[in-house]
Amino acid sequence: MEYKNVFIKGAIPSEFIANSIAKHQSKTNIGAHTIFLGQVRADEIDGKAVSAIEYTAYEEMANKKFHEIREATFEKFNLTCMHIYHSLGAVKTGEICLFVFVSSPRRKEVFNALEYVVEAIKAEVPVFGKELFEDASHQWKVNS
Amino acid sequence: MNIEINYFGMLAEVTGRNSEVLAFSATPVSDLKEFLFQKYPKLQTLDFRIAQNQELVSEDTLLNGQEIALLPPFAGG
Repeated sequence: MEYKNVFIKGAIPSEFIANSIAKHQSKTNIGAHTIFLGQVRADEIDGKAVSAIEYTAYEEMANKKFHEIREATFEKFNLTCMHIYHSLGAVKTGEICLFVFVSSPRRKEVFNALEYVVEAIKAEVPVFGKELFEDASHQWKVNS
Repeated sequence: MNIEINYFGMLAEVTGRNSEVLAFSATPVSDLKEFLFQKYPKLQTLDFRIAQNQELVSEDTLLNGQEIALLPPFAGG
């Protein structure tokens, strides 16, 4: 089975996020949205600052896991809609690498659903991150 | 039977490849792991999980001749 592709090449542009919000104006049964934006942080390790993260993924399994997380979230919460986008390839510090957008008639649902989705993504989706330093060296990122 | 083994992240770096096809019988995953440790000793020092047909499996799961992936710690988001 082919699952919806969640991945976007490179950083997620703010225009893309703005357009996504605008598209929901016609869905007037929605009363609350929450958005999570994952941003690449300039961690400093042994005196060297991270300049970008290069993301790779086991794409087939990752899209399947995103699909399962989506199904489980709709099962648990009363949501109108939900969107997930994740970057692949290099994303510089300060740029957005994860965009999760959940919408519902009521606010309580979206606060809880958003946290559930983001935590599930971090734990279950096979995405890998190579932290690139300014001196061209690298190390592999691990979610804490 | 032939199984396709895929390596990701730091595991691709250590093995020097993204994938390879190996002939294996329906043995437990732990046997495959042992074989890979012989072939790539550096793997023994790394933290990884194994997926078969895109689902995580345990050491005693039997290989069934399809897609295997060695997955280092996840770093999504």
